[in-house]
Amino acid sequence: MRMITRRIAFYLVTAVVAITVNFFIPRLMPGNPVLAVLGRVQAQESRQAIAALEVQYGIATKTGLWGQYVQYWSHLLHGNLGTSLNFYPASVGGLIRAALPWTVGLVGVATIISFLLGTLLGVAAAWRRGSWLDGLLPAMTFFQAAPYFFVAILAVALFATKLGWFPPNSGYDTTTLNPGLDWAFLSNVLDHAVLPAVTIVLASIAGWIIGMRNMMITTMDEDYVLLAQAKGLPSRRVVSYAARNALLPSVAGFSLAIGFIVSGALLTELVFSYPGVGYLLFTAIGSDDYPLLQGIFLIITLTVLLANLAADFVYAFLDPRTRQET
Amino acid sequence: MTRLLRSPKILIGLCLSVVFAIVAIIGPLIAPFNPNTSVSTTLSVPQPPSAAHLLGTTQIQQDVLSQLLVGGRSTILVSLVAGLAATVLAVLFGVTAGYFGGWADDLLSMLANIFLVLPALPLLIVIFGFLGKGASPNDAVIGVIIAITGWAYGARQLRVQTLSMRNRDFVDSARIIGEKNWRIMGFEILPNLTPVVATSFLFTVIYGVGTYTALSFLGVINTSHWSWGTMLYWAQSAQAAQQVHLEWWWFVPPGLAVGLFGTGLALLNFGIDEFVNPRLRGGGSGGVSRRAARRAGLPRRPQLGLTPVLRAARRAS
Repeated sequence: MRMITRRIAFYLVTAVVAITVNFFIPRLMPGNPVLAVLGRVQAQESRQAIAALEVQYGIATKTGLWGQYVQYWSHLLHGNLGTSLNFYPASVGGLIRAALPWTVGLVGVATIISFLLGTLLGVAAAWRRGSWLDGLLPAMTFFQAAPYFFVAILAVALFATKLGWFPPNSGYDTTTLNPGLDWAFLSNVLDHAVLPAVTIVLASIAGWIIGMRNMMITTMDEDYVLLAQAKGLPSRRVVSYAARNALLPSVAGFSLAIGFIVSGALLTELVFSYPGVGYLLFTAIGSDDYPLLQGIFLIITLTVLLANLAADFVYAFLDPRTRQET
Repeated sequence: MTRLLRSPKILIGLCLSVVFAIVAIIGPLIAPFNPNTSVSTTLSVPQPPSAAHLLGTTQIQQDVLSQLLVGGRSTILVSLVAGLAATVLAVLFGVTAGYFGGWADDLLSMLANIFLVLPALPLLIVIFGFLGKGASPNDAVIGVIIAITGWAYGARQLRVQTLSMRNRDFVDSARIIGEKNWRIMGFEILPNLTPVVATSFLFTVIYGVGTYTALSFLGVINTSHWSWGTMLYWAQSAQAAQQVHLEWWWFVPPGLAVGLFGTGLALLNFGIDEFVNPRLRGGGSGGVSRRAARRAGLPRRPQLGLTPVLRAARRAS
């Protein structure tokens, strides 16, 4: 299990770097943008809000940079991410906690579907090289190169506005339903999630297909695959032997892809006005809500690191070589 | 060179890239209207394409074609700067780490891995958020900031390749002659890494287009600075895709432009990959075209472990 402990240590270091960067960005920027926002909100916000903001960004406090840094950590470890300016007096933590389940549900399910489906199609494309699946590659390249949110805009225009098959926005029908664990609400949520999920799958699947196809082609030239076929094993068995080994780099590549997919999915949420973290991020940008902006960055980063760790566990489970004690 | 051009992927990719390069250079000069001015004060809905406005108009009656042409320069400039800066960083970090090894390698690899797993877009949003939306943005500065988050993947590839080259004879002999380290890295090793550097550059340019478009679509970068992302920002805030009369001429051109530019670069990238590793070629049997394969009597479906090459097929016919 040395590999796992090493990875955990690495993710911890990465988390510390991210948190530190998050602390320094507002303090290194030219022309102190926080001061400008403070001047604007002074009229409407209570003295408490301003005081909290001043502490968070180290304005007009006597504490030095190191003291501020220590204080920032202590706030974080107590789960205090500050107070939102736009939704005052709501806390940043509370806002994110309300939005996170939507994002994790949508992006998680879509990513898993995309990975499984893409890997299967990649195996098929490699096995039947030169078939119609290869013809799909250029089209998929376009979907991969086009921004996620453009695919989302097209999906809204075509399937929601033009054909009216799916609702164009929001996570559920807010006018008639209340969130609860009943059938009416859940089916409504599902109905609203299909189009965003399909968009994310469509935009991210090409990477898995192409990666798996190329890896399969390399693996199929290995001697053991040739031997399996020479022995007269049915094609399905031969493919499964090759696919198992070709899968490993795909799982390892998951950590590189997850950041891209999450970023893309955040923008997809914005197009669908989906009540997740991406939409919250957009409102934070629009209203210069710096505490919310930074809180979202931290939470997204930590979530991505956790997803990476999970992928590493799967990898260790799949590849016995990593489990060997050396 | 002609062998490179025979690949349809490289040919199509090159054509697309050249077209977009021309748009970036002459786009703002041939734009029929000022992208900011309203051409009519009486109309209040976007007008579909017409003879006067080939791609229609926006909600406040700006000419979409002019916005597309003017916005292209900024979009392409930012992505090229991002690609260039990120590639320089990747070469510096990757080749140094691979060549020296030891603790320098550990440190640089760790740095690259951290940048690889940090989600780049949220980080850039925070940086640009604090830079202020009001400030008039400079395309070169935007490109360099994007490059900070885009160099790590290339650095990792280059490091692995350098590692495999570090103990080759030609490097050893250069060392024995007494060449300086920087000279060995720059003039002995780097020329051998040209395909890796090229794919890494193309990869980061694609990354740059996508990221810049995403950032301007979110409105973190001044929304009056025309780029394809800004066009999509305005189309989205007017809910152009949700209107009963679908205002497709507003959001399809900029999105298509980003997609095609990216596709062109990606095809070039695949072409280089296939040039280096012929087994990846699709169509017919391995690297052989369908017709050549039939004439040579090769099986229609590629067989395991066998990768026919064109020269063998020619001799057979």
